[in-house]
Amino acid sequence: MGSYVLRRVLQMIPVFFGTTLLIFLMVYTLPGDPVAALFGDKAADPAVVANLKHKYYLDQPLWKQYLHYMGNLFQGDFGTSFTGRPVTEIMADAFPVTIRMALMAFLFEMIFGLCLGVVSGLKRGSVQDTLVLVLTLLVISIPVFVLAYIAQTVFATNLGWVTPTVQDSTDLSQLILPAIVLGSLSLAYVARLTRTSIGENLRADYMRTAVAKGLPRRTIITRHLLRNSLIPVVTFLGTDLGALMGGAIVTEGIFNVQGIGNVLYRAINQKEGPTIVGIVTVLVIVYLVASLIVDLLYAVLDPRIRYA
Amino acid sequence: MPAATRARWVLAAATSVALVASGCSSGSDGGSSGSSDTSKTFSYQSTEPQNPLQPANANETGGGRILQNLFKGLVDYDPSNAKLRMQVADTIETSDAQTFNVTLKDGWTFHDGTPVHAKNFVDAWNWAATTTNNQINGSWFSDIEGYQDVHPASGQPTTNKMSGLTVVDDLHFTVKLNSKVSYFEYKLGYIAFSPLPDAFFNDPAGYGQKPVGNGAYQFVSWDHNQQVVTKAYPNYQGVDKPKNGGVVFKIYSTSEAAYADLQSNNLDVIDQVPPSALATYKSDLGDRAIDAPQGAIQNIGFTLYQPDWAPPEKAKVRQGLSMAIDRDTITKTVLQGSRKAASAWVAEGVEGYKEGQCGDNCKFDPAKAKQLIAEGGGVPGNRLTITYNADGGHKEWVDAVCNSIRQSTGVDCVGDPKPDFKTARAAITGHQINGAFRTGWVQDYPLNANFLADVYRTGAASNDFGYSSPQFDQLANQADQAASVSDTVTGYQQAEAVLAQDMPAVPLWYYRTNSGYSTKVQNVTFDSFGNPAWTQVEVKG
Repeated sequence: MGSYVLRRVLQMIPVFFGTTLLIFLMVYTLPGDPVAALFGDKAADPAVVANLKHKYYLDQPLWKQYLHYMGNLFQGDFGTSFTGRPVTEIMADAFPVTIRMALMAFLFEMIFGLCLGVVSGLKRGSVQDTLVLVLTLLVISIPVFVLAYIAQTVFATNLGWVTPTVQDSTDLSQLILPAIVLGSLSLAYVARLTRTSIGENLRADYMRTAVAKGLPRRTIITRHLLRNSLIPVVTFLGTDLGALMGGAIVTEGIFNVQGIGNVLYRAINQKEGPTIVGIVTVLVIVYLVASLIVDLLYAVLDPRIRYA
Repeated sequence: MPAATRARWVLAAATSVALVASGCSSGSDGGSSGSSDTSKTFSYQSTEPQNPLQPANANETGGGRILQNLFKGLVDYDPSNAKLRMQVADTIETSDAQTFNVTLKDGWTFHDGTPVHAKNFVDAWNWAATTTNNQINGSWFSDIEGYQDVHPASGQPTTNKMSGLTVVDDLHFTVKLNSKVSYFEYKLGYIAFSPLPDAFFNDPAGYGQKPVGNGAYQFVSWDHNQQVVTKAYPNYQGVDKPKNGGVVFKIYSTSEAAYADLQSNNLDVIDQVPPSALATYKSDLGDRAIDAPQGAIQNIGFTLYQPDWAPPEKAKVRQGLSMAIDRDTITKTVLQGSRKAASAWVAEGVEGYKEGQCGDNCKFDPAKAKQLIAEGGGVPGNRLTITYNADGGHKEWVDAVCNSIRQSTGVDCVGDPKPDFKTARAAITGHQINGAFRTGWVQDYPLNANFLADVYRTGAASNDFGYSSPQFDQLANQADQAASVSDTVTGYQQAEAVLAQDMPAVPLWYYRTNSGYSTKVQNVTFDSFGNPAWTQVEVKG
């Protein structure tokens, strides 16, 4: 087990370098000059442009810029944005917000998705099952921004339970609505995956054996059925945590949540290289760690899976 | 970056849903006047400043709006009529339009309590103009004698003091210019000409995060990506004493979110109504809706530096193309009344604005348009491309303009979208296009010279057309040397008339401020910069 984890961590290193290099190349080879764009509609001042380019290391060839960036990165320096703020500080502000929102969305989709999936999987063809199928189909077919605007209108404008946008991004209770919107699509997938998985396993031999042994229904479902049915769901949930964090741009925009998505969106618009590469690098690491945890969880769920 | 374009597109598409949704919101009790509480603050929609908060380093609205509240220069512009008015300056006198004697009012102080003296202006201007300090607005000081020494086009500056600036005593200093600029005092209202306290020069970078100014409001906190909080400065000496307790700049990443907050009273004043709400905002907000003129114009420029467009007879083609555009219909339909059809190169409401300078060239007349284009030898290849940035909401009107040209003249006209503003600017300033491009001008100061000298003079920094007319240059130079500002204004009006013959750019329409405010505030008016009259906003008690 220990050597497996070590091997996986070592595998992360080339993936990490590969992704940062790719992102770096993409950002820095984009057309348009970010320094000249600071001047807006006005003609850029050549002397100041040259100075600023030198200051941000943009006057060097690309490979030198990358080496310079990576060199600083290993000393914990993610560079500075055009506002003069260190990128680490920007990320320290924005990541907690997005992590909180993503975790709430994650809990929401996990708890409700599993419950709905179990209910409909156990009672296939019943009214509850049909209801769950129709509702999840509806959620899957509606784009997330439509859902967000509907939630905003119903809960804020019509009912007045919440403010239309998040007034304080560090306040957990205000993040509930955006988190629900963010998690709703995955909730539908989790519910449907669980339902299918449970439906298949219900007909498995070990289930018939368990029933024949006269075990209580509760034990059969929790110990035998659920545990075996969860593997595909856990795979989905694990990768989804990363997707929730990186994919929150639209939701964060609509609810004005000042998280990673918003910062990334603005940085991309301003072509602020250090901010983009820094954020994406961290997201890549989150993704890698989440998928490692998923793989380790397999062994917990299914004793037949062993890592050596 | 495809991801960004898509996200923006998604938001734009999403707004149609918001439109339907916001239609059912209830009415308001309007902006009726009532008692106000001068200690209460109001909130304003903002974006995160792109640069540290230094006066000479802001040219985007996010930082600029905050700085103009924290600082006050020698002069500013009366929000009600855009006329110049004295603030820190008591008088600005000149006898030759080249040397200006500035007298300051006594009693002004910075928010740290130190007095505002002549040296605070001179030091601030010298610092901002010096290349090594990397200030984006450094070129604003180029009129001042000695600017070339602190700001050489390349290489290191030889000194950090401009020879044209002399401190006489605490309340007097003189400014000597390179050449005559009769309207120099108009430029002084720009934020870059603000004074800086002595403490600034010890730590400019740290100061950019915690600015200390001399304006109506003092800095309280900058919670990055969330809000910038200011409060009224009790010792403010300006003519516009605050009628409220301060301004809170709340940062929004989309105007749709800000509009939703405005409708539910979680935000007091917005910047601009989102495009999706343009059709409904007046019914949504009732008498709290604002529709005011702005000192900004949208144009279509031509690449006069290309052999296709350089010959003098092509001016007729450009006149013809201008006549082929049905401005009235496009502003009413595609732009939903958010613009006003232009008849001059200077925007409405600006000092020196003269309606109809464009003459018949800006009137829709398909028959005449065809005739002029034929007389000028036709559009090269009978095809016109209009380059624009796809991230600024320009696609709809560019397509409409092209349709109008195609239908009235048969010239094949297509839009040439560049993914974003940076890319479009790079193509335009790099002379990589041949044909027409979207361009525009937002006033730096409300005087017609700003719309003309800085755009159409030979070699002007924003002359992206490669336009060079000896006649225009001569009239502009004469106007610069006029004895009074009013003579300058008339001089530039004559220069503007030259543009009607040459048509380096086709004026399309003037911008308007479409905004609104919550039920918690009253007496909200907007100036020609598209900014509210900050100090005049009253918060209901």
